[in-house]
Amino acid sequence: MVDITPNSPPERPVRKTSWFPLTMMAIALVVALGAAYGALWGVHYLWTQTSWFVPTLIIVIKSLVLLVALLVIIAFFLLADRKIWAAVQLRRGPNVVGPFGLLQSFADLLKFVLKEPVIPSGADKILFLLAPLLTCVLALSAWAVMPVAEGWAIADINVGILYVFAISSLGVYGVIIGGWASNSKYPFLGALRSAAQMVSYEVSIGFVIITVLMVVGSLNLTDIVNAQDKGGIAAALGMPWFTMLNWFFIPLFPMFVIFFISALAETNRPPFDLPEAESELVAGFMSEYSSTPYLLFMLGEYVAIMTMCALTTILFLGGWTPPLSIAPFTWVPGVVWFIAKVSFVFFMFAMVKAMVPRYRYDQLMRLGWKVFLPLSLAAVVIVAGVLQLTGWYR
Amino acid sequence: MNVATLFFYLFSGMLVGSAMMVVSARNPVHAVLFLILAFVNAAGLMLLMGAEFLAMLLVIVYVGAVAVLFLFVVMMLDVDFAELRQGFLQYLPIGAVIAAIFFVEIALVVGTWQLAPEALSMHKAAAKMPVDAMNARALGRVLYTEYVYFFQAAGLILLVAMIGAIVLTLRERPGVRRQDVMAQNARTKASAITMVSVAQGQGVTNEGVKRKDASGQGV
Repeated sequence: MVDITPNSPPERPVRKTSWFPLTMMAIALVVALGAAYGALWGVHYLWTQTSWFVPTLIIVIKSLVLLVALLVIIAFFLLADRKIWAAVQLRRGPNVVGPFGLLQSFADLLKFVLKEPVIPSGADKILFLLAPLLTCVLALSAWAVMPVAEGWAIADINVGILYVFAISSLGVYGVIIGGWASNSKYPFLGALRSAAQMVSYEVSIGFVIITVLMVVGSLNLTDIVNAQDKGGIAAALGMPWFTMLNWFFIPLFPMFVIFFISALAETNRPPFDLPEAESELVAGFMSEYSSTPYLLFMLGEYVAIMTMCALTTILFLGGWTPPLSIAPFTWVPGVVWFIAKVSFVFFMFAMVKAMVPRYRYDQLMRLGWKVFLPLSLAAVVIVAGVLQLTGWYR
Repeated sequence: MNVATLFFYLFSGMLVGSAMMVVSARNPVHAVLFLILAFVNAAGLMLLMGAEFLAMLLVIVYVGAVAVLFLFVVMMLDVDFAELRQGFLQYLPIGAVIAAIFFVEIALVVGTWQLAPEALSMHKAAAKMPVDAMNARALGRVLYTEYVYFFQAAGLILLVAMIGAIVLTLRERPGVRRQDVMAQNARTKASAITMVSVAQGQGVTNEGVKRKDASGQGV
């Protein structure tokens, strides 16, 4: 006969007390406590007994704070870029995610991270994944020496400007390796274009930097900003409070223009975005990239743009110094002035992107080699001559 | 062992390792990339020695410009790897002989190196550098005073090499229409636009081009 009692509970076996899990838990607890105690003791030992631990910890914390702030600011700069571009074209731009579309960049981030990275079967896998990482890490590492305010640089090194220049000249490797490793025509052509373009414009950027260095007499970024704080045109006019006149964009105005345009070319920004010209090369060196590797390329590119904006600010717009060194302006902290100036330069970057049509490749090369190189070379000679003859050299 | 020593072994180990990989990498592009890694590590070693200016110049000039162009060329090479490996066995004996000769030379030089006993104490005395002396300034003072003629000579040699390379590779290609920006900018409305009054039923010929004067009549 079939037992039709519904849901009769199955008979449970009699449970014996098992000591095994309890013992294991006790051992795990002891081990965890021991590890925690060991870690605490280790930190205490490192903190009190070694000379390098505390400075290293401070550097790590500083770097983390700077990187997080930089990345958050970049998220909003990215949005601003798109909004400005949209406004010039009488569109509204991203306006759905968050109020005024403010969270658009974070939504994009999530989307890219959650997508599947596709690696082409013919690609050189290691280099293919290394390239975006290289772009991003190199771009971020330039910020180690940026003085965002008086004494706020993580590493205030003697050759700061050379370090930034070296790092920005290494940025080409991410592009060229990525283009080659994709094993595809368009990315490769994009990589070749980028290599030639960045090497060409580095020359004029280098000469422009040399003119500024000759006026300052130091390679340290903090010294460059301090040199624009006092002395110069404002003092000569008897208005030492008018700090803005001291900034190098007035005496070195042609250099400022050349630097700005070369910075556009160095960061592959429109109108010089030939390496990723969508009408000719699909997406250039980024054609085969998707998901997080693509995100890293984009992030690296924007960090490089921020680096160039910050460098323009430091070299020509007086860094963290206020435009007028009188009461309401001097109350504002230096980092605010720095961010304001970087935003202004970035606004110009975005307006150029919106307004100027893309250059043809031969025109780009002509501008670099036949216009900027002679001009900047002549400027080096002229600035050196003026400094020598007038005795303005510090 | 302090941090500097740690970094010294890190940089030198990677330098030697990547130099080995330059020789042994199958793919020439990988070889060039390892060469670049070697350059960067050499710059790191220079930094440890306090030659920060030279280290940055090494990165800017060699890694940032020279190696990029090198990579540029190597990437465009159409290399047949099977053929390369065939040649490897063929050239192995002579290569081994040359390597052995170099090794013996280096061994002789290093093995017979004699250090003056007072030199060891001298390097400590010479290491005193003024605190404010920056690399760039110190280099400039020596380079543009004592060694200015050598410096100029090196510059001239580079100039000759550059002109030679340009002369060797420059070729005039007929029939290429180049953009002349100066000519484009020099054009004015008067030189670019011609007002023509064409008689009915007749095309425009060179002789027939007439310019109207202010009164609207053909001149």
